Amino acid sequence: MKESAEVVIIGGGVSGCGTAYYLAKKGVTDVVILEKNILCNGATGRCGGGIRQQFTTEANIRLAMESVSIFEHLSEELGIDIEYDQGGYLIIAYEDEVDQFKKNVVLQNSLGLESRFISPEEAREIVPNLCIDSIAGATFCQTDGHANPFKVVQGYSEKAQKMGVSIEKRTKVTGITCEEGCITAVRTTRGTIRTGTVVNAAGAYSRDIAQMVGVELPNKPYRHEILVTEPIEHILDPMVISFKTGIYFSQQECGAIIGGIGDPEEPSSYSMKGSLRFLKRMTRTMVDLVPAFGHLNVLRQWAGLYDVTPDAQPILGWTDEVEGFCQANGYSGHGFMISPKVTELISELIVDGKTSMPIDDLNLARFEGEITGEAYVVG
Amino acid sequence: MSTKTIVCRCEDITEEDILKAIDRGYDTLEEIKQVLRCGMGPCQGRTCIPLITRLIAHKTGKSVAEINPPTARPPLQPVPISLFAGEEE
Repeated sequence: MKESAEVVIIGGGVSGCGTAYYLAKKGVTDVVILEKNILCNGATGRCGGGIRQQFTTEANIRLAMESVSIFEHLSEELGIDIEYDQGGYLIIAYEDEVDQFKKNVVLQNSLGLESRFISPEEAREIVPNLCIDSIAGATFCQTDGHANPFKVVQGYSEKAQKMGVSIEKRTKVTGITCEEGCITAVRTTRGTIRTGTVVNAAGAYSRDIAQMVGVELPNKPYRHEILVTEPIEHILDPMVISFKTGIYFSQQECGAIIGGIGDPEEPSSYSMKGSLRFLKRMTRTMVDLVPAFGHLNVLRQWAGLYDVTPDAQPILGWTDEVEGFCQANGYSGHGFMISPKVTELISELIVDGKTSMPIDDLNLARFEGEITGEAYVVG
Repeated sequence: MSTKTIVCRCEDITEEDILKAIDRGYDTLEEIKQVLRCGMGPCQGRTCIPLITRLIAHKTGKSVAEINPPTARPPLQPVPISLFAGEEE
């Protein structure tokens, strides 16, 4: 392992690997990624792969839209098929959600996103098997979609390594050394690396990393469960989601239906166990929306951790208290979908000292004042 | 075995695919699963995992006992959605 590096990134998910790739692309290749297990072992490798731009805060909408324009050419850029598919996102609207959803569409349209409110009948044209008895409509955005998170990380990490980035797997960070408020080294189970810059991209464990230098992050971990069915012929174009029930599901390129459902009773914890409670809630909600899914077989269920902030927006950028400590965490369940733009911006911040899109509002310091947050969190 | 030998029938992955992935640094069962989908198909790894374990052991010089199996995911064998959905709490 290297004894020193210009930048040390903690965490081998899409946030860490994307940051490493864009740093290398900007010419900073003296970079080490420290991953305590294997790449993609945390939230990135456990997520549903959805890529949505229909959000309710300007920051999230802009980050997502910019990310989509990167996703659109990412397979070509990374030289790997990331299985990107723009089948859209269909957000089910129930009666009491209609007014708010229409307002959200107005905000999204004002930022240039082509989302629209549609009738239940139009929703059924997009998802032919959809049961529309209890729904009042939907919002739809065709340029939303999904990709394969494993392939994206594989692309970012392999390309970054070709440009000179080192990836140290099975290497756990045990401490961070600071002198006079500046980071000087990262200590690991396999030795110490001298560095002045650390990117905290450790997902749900970012809080523990920050505590090593006395910085308190407001992030909390929450288990979110997900399942996948056997592969079937292509029957579903968009990702279908509902904020009311917390469900989301889509069909992957391999033909499998993959989806999850949020649980309002889930306490904050680091548990990643699968539960029967989830299977029951998920499958019932699924067959309520698409009765034909009852015939499918469940192949696997698993869980991952959302790294949730008080306003459900990520924490990005430098930390006031400790020089050289950059946050790239707190994605609150929508990290993968905004990762291309976010990680590019983090690389700009580190290399150029400024970003092409303002991210000051997403700084850790924002939690000192009043908080207005993202309302659209699913799963 | 010739290089055309199929190791994972669900995803149509050959011995050569596995050996190439190991050469690229994906030398654990979890990583092979991530990059080639072995163990994610209907058989849930029952056919391929023992074979891939041996290939990894052979390539890395480790013993089969040293190679960690991938995490077992319920329900272990395919179960119809209607079965879970139909049951009352």
